[in-house]
Amino acid sequence: MEQFAPVRRSKDGQPVRYLVVDDSVFARKNLAHILELFGGQLAGEAGDGVAAIAEYERLRPDLVLMDITMPRMEGIEAAEKIVQQFPEARIVMVSSVGYQENIVAALQRGARHFVQKPVKPEVLYEVIKYVLGEDAVVANAAAAGAQQ
Amino acid sequence: MKMELIQPLINAADAVLAQGLNLPIAIGSISMEEETYRRKGLAALVWLTGDIEGRVIFDLDASTAVRVASRMAGSDLPESDMLVRETVCELANQVIGNAVTTLNDQGFHFRVHPPVLHTSEQGTSSSEDTEAIVFCFETELGSIFMNMALRYTAKAQEKQTQAAKAGR
Repeated sequence: MEQFAPVRRSKDGQPVRYLVVDDSVFARKNLAHILELFGGQLAGEAGDGVAAIAEYERLRPDLVLMDITMPRMEGIEAAEKIVQQFPEARIVMVSSVGYQENIVAALQRGARHFVQKPVKPEVLYEVIKYVLGEDAVVANAAAAGAQQ
Repeated sequence: MKMELIQPLINAADAVLAQGLNLPIAIGSISMEEETYRRKGLAALVWLTGDIEGRVIFDLDASTAVRVASRMAGSDLPESDMLVRETVCELANQVIGNAVTTLNDQGFHFRVHPPVLHTSEQGTSSSEDTEAIVFCFETELGSIFMNMALRYTAKAQEKQTQAAKAGR
């Protein structure tokens, strides 16, 4: 398994807090496992767009990983609603359906990036660092381990 | 069913299964199914609507499903675990999503519906315009069947005709 240097919040050095939104329990567990490899903290989970909006308001995560095809409300619509209310929200769409129109629609409606399933940890890692920008720092793995 | 519909699904299944299981995958038997679909074990069904309509079913016998889900979860799961069913649905979702991405790039537009567990023993029989083709992917964890019954809608056929004319 590839090793990843932990990604921390630059403002306080704490683990990045994630909200994972997917109607598949398997997909949520898989993403949670990957985020753990990055030294992240799973702030919460949601199984559809409606729950995602509620959970975002409640948890105010640093970053949201959002599926597209979901029951009740799809991910692109949920992303748009979250960004309308919280313009600073950082949302990365994670979907198996990665055609251009879908990606463009997601980006136009507020998502910051897109990752296609099956998720490759090394790809997601780079996307997370890019989307968080200066708000994240890559910690020295040894130092981060000593802090825990 | 035309090869241009089938090939993206085979490629996607091969890639998703190989990455998810981290095992070599081989395409085993290929068959046409004219009889009513009969479920082999744990099956996930995905409907497609749009230029291409129909359904794709991923079907694994119960013990294979447990082995596949356990490998993907990284720990042994009991047969009763919800995660086993979820894994089969998510595999179907990823394979079809990846195939749809390719087909969309070829100009076909459609909607993928969320996967559902196919719980009845049998489904509707295939018909002349939605003949089902069944691919068996062999892995060391067992056989994974992909049963596809897809057809072009009239709108898609018109698009193809126009494209062919334009290409002349």
